[in-house]
Amino acid sequence: MNKEKVIELSKVNKWYGEFHVLKDIDLSVYQGEKIIVCGPSGSGKSTLIRCINRLEEHQEGTVRIRDTILDHHTQSIEKIRSEVGMVFQQFNLFPHLSILDNCALAPSWVRKMSKKDAEELAMTYLAKVKIDDQALKFPGQLSGGQQQRAAIARALCMEPKIMLFDEPTSALDPEMIKEVLDVMTDLAKAGMTMIVVSHEMAFAKEVADRVIFMDEGSIVEEKPTAQFFSNPENERTKLFLSQIL
Amino acid sequence: MKIKNLITWSRTNLFSNWYNSLISLFCIYLIIISLPPFIDWAFLSATFEGKLKTDCKTSGACWVFVKVWFEKFMYGFYPVENIWRINLSFLILIISISLSFFVKDKFKIYILFFLIFVFPIIAFVLIHGSFGMQIVESREWGGLALTFILAIFGIIFSFPLGVLLALGRRSELPIIKYFSICFIEFWRGIPLITVLFAAAVMFPLLLPADSYVDKTLRIAVGIAIFESAYIAEVVRGGLQSLPKGQYDAARSLGMGYWKMNFFIVLPQAIKTVIPGIANTFIALLKDTPLIVLVGMAEILGMINLAKANPYWLGMAVEGYVFAAAIFWVASYFLSSYSQRLEKKYSTEKK
Repeated sequence: MNKEKVIELSKVNKWYGEFHVLKDIDLSVYQGEKIIVCGPSGSGKSTLIRCINRLEEHQEGTVRIRDTILDHHTQSIEKIRSEVGMVFQQFNLFPHLSILDNCALAPSWVRKMSKKDAEELAMTYLAKVKIDDQALKFPGQLSGGQQQRAAIARALCMEPKIMLFDEPTSALDPEMIKEVLDVMTDLAKAGMTMIVVSHEMAFAKEVADRVIFMDEGSIVEEKPTAQFFSNPENERTKLFLSQIL
Repeated sequence: MKIKNLITWSRTNLFSNWYNSLISLFCIYLIIISLPPFIDWAFLSATFEGKLKTDCKTSGACWVFVKVWFEKFMYGFYPVENIWRINLSFLILIISISLSFFVKDKFKIYILFFLIFVFPIIAFVLIHGSFGMQIVESREWGGLALTFILAIFGIIFSFPLGVLLALGRRSELPIIKYFSICFIEFWRGIPLITVLFAAAVMFPLLLPADSYVDKTLRIAVGIAIFESAYIAEVVRGGLQSLPKGQYDAARSLGMGYWKMNFFIVLPQAIKTVIPGIANTFIALLKDTPLIVLVGMAEILGMINLAKANPYWLGMAVEGYVFAAAIFWVASYFLSSYSQRLEKKYSTEKK
């Protein structure tokens, strides 16, 4: 694979006070790759991806996104955030804005598009996640699955090169998980670079190029998808897989 | 049929058990002993016609007093021939506020902009005078007009300042954070009357001899700063109620500090604290009569002057009832306006 390396974490360490959340994380992600991150709760999965767009600050090591190295400069942080989209477990839609405004706000005020262009863009992505008919409703009027799809559309409206998903289906009722995973699968097939924290192993088998297993702040196992499921080496991975599959 | 309804209604609402019945009976008793005498005093045996105190021959209220002094109560010693300028200013204010009920959301932001940035200038030019209009120094302002000028100035300036202080108190930059905390705690820790005396009496002593800041302006700024500390704490309550995910989402979309606060954080935070803000503004409105104590004659001051007039001695009750009625109406307006806002935004949220 001679594709461009778009994310590179090397020797990343992070502490919450005394608690060592991320231990010497090394991770490279290439253009168009889909990575699934799994592991028991409290293993640092969310913290890891939140360090990629600086929602959390790492204390040691370097995080490089394409040509930008993350540091304290607001410029580098905002540049990275405009290239990296994120979808959250709790959707985090803005409840005081309509779905359309949720999507059009950042393009018009961060990307400085005209309001009309931003709304057209928003409608395009809302159509892609199949909720363009709900555009004028408010988040509270939508089901969980619809809200999460709207949140995906909102992130896509910034036309990111990389998408991060932080347990996107964990807060959903079972019957709504599929509609969100379908949207994510479409996105994966369109060639988006994705890092997904998820326990949806069927989804992982279908779309992931690599699976990463984390435990107690370290990457315990990192393998191409097929090998990860057929031939896990680490005892903790085996235990985890036996519990979840 | 209707009487039957009334009986069932009072059974369920007034006399559902023995202690509710007791309380209801007591309240009815209070109403019976207080309301008829008041109605008799205020309306039935009151005098409305006349020009002098001696025209009041009945036992009830002498509203002639209020009638004769009405213009002074409203405008203080503002020159009579220029009163239209005050009226015009308030007319502009009333029209722009009522307009905001009817126009689309998109235009409301322009009205808000007008009220905060343009209206104060127009009102000042009109009331103070300039561009060929006769200058009316602020010491001649008075009556209800002055009450409203101070209250509106206080509301318009304390609100943005309070919001900034609330944000400052939660800032990650220590200088801004501790400055905001000190500022808020200082102004909340001293009584308003101290602020008024300081602004009216002490502040000029601290200035160089040849400089002069208008007394009304000093008082108005003092009130605005004082109230901004309260607004800041109310707004901070709203900021704290906002889930952390909203900040995450806004930041993940590349919004900087100001965009995040302006579009995402403040609209939601302020919405949740509308009742608290209305509360503060009503308190502000009712605090303004304190300026009587530093020698400014707003409506209560004018009433005090009028009741001390040798031809009108003994009219205090009429004057104070009148003032109470006016403050009640103004506060009720603020309160119902805030309830209206609250209702409107709570439906959007659902």
